Amino acid sequence: MAGTESAVAPLVEMSGVSLAYGRGKEQTLALADATMNIAQGEFIAVVGPSGCGKSTLMKLVTGLLPATSGTVKVHGEVVKRPIKGVGMAFQNATLMPWRTTRDNILLPLEVVEPHKRRFRANRGEYVERVEKLLASVGLGGFGDKYPWQLSGGMQQRSNLCRALVHEPEILMLDEPFGALDAFTREELWGVLQKLWMERRFTCVLVTHDLREAVYLADTVYVMSKRPGRVILKREIELPRPRTLEDTFKPGFVDIVHDLRDRIHKEHA
Amino acid sequence: MTDAQRNALKLAMPWLVTIAMFAIWELACIAFNIQEIVLPRPSRIFAVSVERWSILLDFCLQTLWTTAIGFGLAIIGGVLIGLAIGASPFVYSGLYPLLIAFNAIPKVAIVPILMIWLGVGAAPAIITAFVISFFPIVVNVATGLATIEPEMRDVMRSLGASNYEILTKVGIPRAMPYLFASLKVAITLAFIGSVISETVGGNRGIGFLMLSAGARNDTATTFAGLFAIAIMGVLMYALCAWVEKRMTGWAFRGELVG
Repeated sequence: MAGTESAVAPLVEMSGVSLAYGRGKEQTLALADATMNIAQGEFIAVVGPSGCGKSTLMKLVTGLLPATSGTVKVHGEVVKRPIKGVGMAFQNATLMPWRTTRDNILLPLEVVEPHKRRFRANRGEYVERVEKLLASVGLGGFGDKYPWQLSGGMQQRSNLCRALVHEPEILMLDEPFGALDAFTREELWGVLQKLWMERRFTCVLVTHDLREAVYLADTVYVMSKRPGRVILKREIELPRPRTLEDTFKPGFVDIVHDLRDRIHKEHA
Repeated sequence: MTDAQRNALKLAMPWLVTIAMFAIWELACIAFNIQEIVLPRPSRIFAVSVERWSILLDFCLQTLWTTAIGFGLAIIGGVLIGLAIGASPFVYSGLYPLLIAFNAIPKVAIVPILMIWLGVGAAPAIITAFVISFFPIVVNVATGLATIEPEMRDVMRSLGASNYEILTKVGIPRAMPYLFASLKVAITLAFIGSVISETVGGNRGIGFLMLSAGARNDTATTFAGLFAIAIMGVLMYALCAWVEKRMTGWAFRGELVG
């Protein structure tokens, strides 16, 4: 799909972006000279060793951190402050323990326009939307539960729902499945792929699980250790929907091995 | 022991321990032949309490309402200042050192000043209760705000939430358990404040009662006053704990379900 979209301007353009924390001699470079384009509706994964600036990259794209040098453009406009209406999910589900799961997922609708101004009058309609979304990730009927009454995997499903409920153009996932057991993690890959295929949002997934990256992404970017540089861009042309069975087939395994080799070389 | 018995014993424990303490006290007074003016026996204190019931109750209510008003003001003031400090780094750096300095002042020292300004009566007791109890509320509310998870903040900011929205949707609910925890500390401090004020210069209230009884060598009445304060303190603490459980039950959640 990258071929068909290349004519259109990409949604996110990063050119020569660096980020340094601290000042003067204390300064450490977290990300060096990152250049990448993300097309509308593309699913990219960023992999690399821990501390390589993957999460930094994510904060730069959403404008939560200003770049030290280089430019980040979204929709052709330079990002200077947090861009609005992005969906975000982290490894830690950060659901609010004082709200039920349903109310947690309603939160973005209370904050993001145009839902915010319609929220009070149309609460019923929004609750229905949340129930549908919950059902689609296998959490139907759990809306009344508090997050702390849910298992880790269920919390992470709710977290995905919260990130998607306002139908954001961009979804940012920072190791969302990192704290889960292998079975739950693989199950949630399927959930995420299904949601993405239905809605085709632009997605940036930060992970250090290579299988996860190859399973989910259209394009995988490999980063070096700190200061992080993009050292490889690899397009994954496997057909969708991909299944867990596929992840053990030669075509898939070869790609994972390639990527792993590249990362190992970088470390040597 | 069955579970029911264990629970019953757990509930009975505070009473059993209190009764045991009084029994030991009573026996020690008899065994060592301690004079009443030095340390009255608990049975004497109870007898005196019953004898002087009406004045005790009257002065208890006096102390209770001055404490309650001072405490109420401390909640309002403490929450407002706590929110301001927790929400704004500028207010924090400007006000915090001043608050610590103020908190370090022995509150006994300000009562005479209050009396010069406001005269003898309920007003100095209310204000002393206020100034002594609002600091823990400020600190706790500010802590609740300051410890919002950075990821939660990022989620809100990337949704385009304003600082005001982050405060009302995340900060304030999150600070609630901290607030209620501080109330349990603050209410007992508020009693100390109002009683100090009544003791230094008052004409009503339990503090005044104890001071005047002490001057007459009526040690039993002084102790009756102490007991009255302790009972009021426990009751108010229990009230705060109950409100806390009602308001922020989610903060007392059990273990996460596996």
